[in-house]
Amino acid sequence: MSTLFSIYKREFTSYFVTPVAYVFIVIFLFMTGIFTFYLGAFYESNQADLEPFFRFHPWLYLFLIPAISMRLWSDERKSGTIELLMTLPVSITDAVVGKYLAAWSFTAVALILTFPMWITVNYLGNPDNTVILASYIGSLIMAGGFLAIGSCISAFTKSQVIAFVISVVISFMFILSGFPMVLDLFQGWAPQAIVDAIASFSFLTHFTSIKKGVIDIRDIIYFAALITFWLYVNVVVIEAKKAS
Amino acid sequence: MSEAIKVKSLTKSFGPIHAVRGVSFDVNHGEVLGFLGPNGAGKSTTMKMITGFLEPTAGTVIVNGHDVLENPLAVKKSIGYLPEGAPAYGEMTVKSFLNFIADIRQLTGSNRQKRIDEVVERINIRNVYEQSIETLSKGYKRRVGIAQAILHDPDTLILDEPTDGLDPNQKHEVRNLIKEMAQDKAIIISTHILEEVDAVCSRAIIIATGELLFDGTPTELIAKSDRSDIDHAFRLVTSGKSDANKEPTS
Repeated sequence: MSTLFSIYKREFTSYFVTPVAYVFIVIFLFMTGIFTFYLGAFYESNQADLEPFFRFHPWLYLFLIPAISMRLWSDERKSGTIELLMTLPVSITDAVVGKYLAAWSFTAVALILTFPMWITVNYLGNPDNTVILASYIGSLIMAGGFLAIGSCISAFTKSQVIAFVISVVISFMFILSGFPMVLDLFQGWAPQAIVDAIASFSFLTHFTSIKKGVIDIRDIIYFAALITFWLYVNVVVIEAKKAS
Repeated sequence: MSEAIKVKSLTKSFGPIHAVRGVSFDVNHGEVLGFLGPNGAGKSTTMKMITGFLEPTAGTVIVNGHDVLENPLAVKKSIGYLPEGAPAYGEMTVKSFLNFIADIRQLTGSNRQKRIDEVVERINIRNVYEQSIETLSKGYKRRVGIAQAILHDPDTLILDEPTDGLDPNQKHEVRNLIKEMAQDKAIIISTHILEEVDAVCSRAIIIATGELLFDGTPTELIAKSDRSDIDHAFRLVTSGKSDANKEPTS
C-alpha cells in the first residue's frame, strides 16, 4: 500500500470517528435545503431543474469548506503530530495530497447525500439529468478549488481560527472577481480583455458555465491549475517551516 | 560493532539563538547513548536534526550510510523515533494508530499482525488497545509512542525522554526493554534521570548551551566526582562550563 493511500485512509476515517463529519453533513444538507426552497424559490419558479439548488453552492462552500480545511495542517502543528508525520518515511507531497484527497472525498460524501433533492425534482417533473450530473461534477470540482486554498492556508498557522478566517477571505476574492459589481467597475474604461481576465479568475464564471450542462475543457483546466498551484505552495510551506 | 549514526559538527541556529554549536559524535550498533543536559541545552534539537525533522544550519548527519539531507526517506525508514512529548493522533484508538504506522512502515503479510501483537504485549498496552489515545493517561500515551517507534523493528532508535511520565515500575520495564533491544541496535535516549544513564547506557554525552561537554562511559562520568556520585559529576561538568568559560559571548 502506498504511503499516500495510507495517509488518505487515516485522514478520511478520522472524520467519522469525531462528531465533525456528522455536524458538517447535517448543516450542509440543512443549508442547501433552506437556500434552494426559500432563497432559490424552487417551487415558485415552476422549473424542473436544480438550478436554484446549485446557485448557492459557491456561497455555502465559502464558509463550510474552510471549516473542513482549517484543521488539515493547523491541527498537526498544534498537537505536535507534524513531527511524527514528518519523521515517518513519507514524502511531503504524499502527505499533502493524501490529506487533501481525504478532505475532498469527504465533501463528495456530503454532496452525494443531497440526492433527495434530485429524487424530488425527478418526481415533480422531467428535468434534464445530464445537466444535473454536470452540475454535480462542477460543484465537486469547485469544492476542490476551495479546499486547495484552505489546505494551503492552514499550513501557515497552528491556529485553526486564523486558518478559517484567511481562507474565507481568499476564497471570497476568488468568487467576487466574477461578480457584476466588480466587473462593472472595470467595464466602463478597461479593455474587454482585462475584464475577461478578471472574470476568468472567478469560481463563479467557471461554475456558471458548467452549471448550464457544458463541461468545457477550459473550466476543467482552470480548476486543475488552481488546485495544483495551491497544493504546490502547500508543499513548499510545509517543507520550509515544518518545525516552526 | 558497526557505525550507525555519525554526527559531524552539527550546528543549528534559530535567528540569533545558537541552539546547537558544532556537536560531533558517533553511535555504533550495540550501543545505548544517553543524552544528558539541562533543559534547553539542545538535546531535542539535536535529535530532531538526526531524524530529519529539522534541517541543520551546518554539519552532517549520516545514518546507516545515508546522509539525512540527501536521502531523508532512507534515513527515516531505518530509524524509529519517539518525539518529545510522544505526539499521536488523539482521536484514533491505539489499534488504529498502530495499524496506520504499520501501513506507513509497509509491514505486510503475516509478519504485520504478529509484529503489532508482539509490541503490544511487550509494551503492555493490551488493556487500552481499543481506547482512543486522547483518553489515555500520560504513561500510556508515552508507551504508545514507544510502541510506534519500535513497531518496524528499526535498526536505529531515537527516544526523546522515553521514561518521562511513567511510574517507577513502568520505568523499570522500559529500561529493561531498551537493554534488551540494545544488543543489535544503535539507541539514543535523552533523559533527566541520571541513574537511568548508569542503568541502561553504555555511553553518555552531556550537552549544555548547545555544546558537547562530555563524551564517555557512565563510569568515566562518575569518576569525575570525588564522591562517586553521578549527580555531583553532572553538576561539575555543566556548571564548570559557566564558571570556567566566562567568554564575552555567553
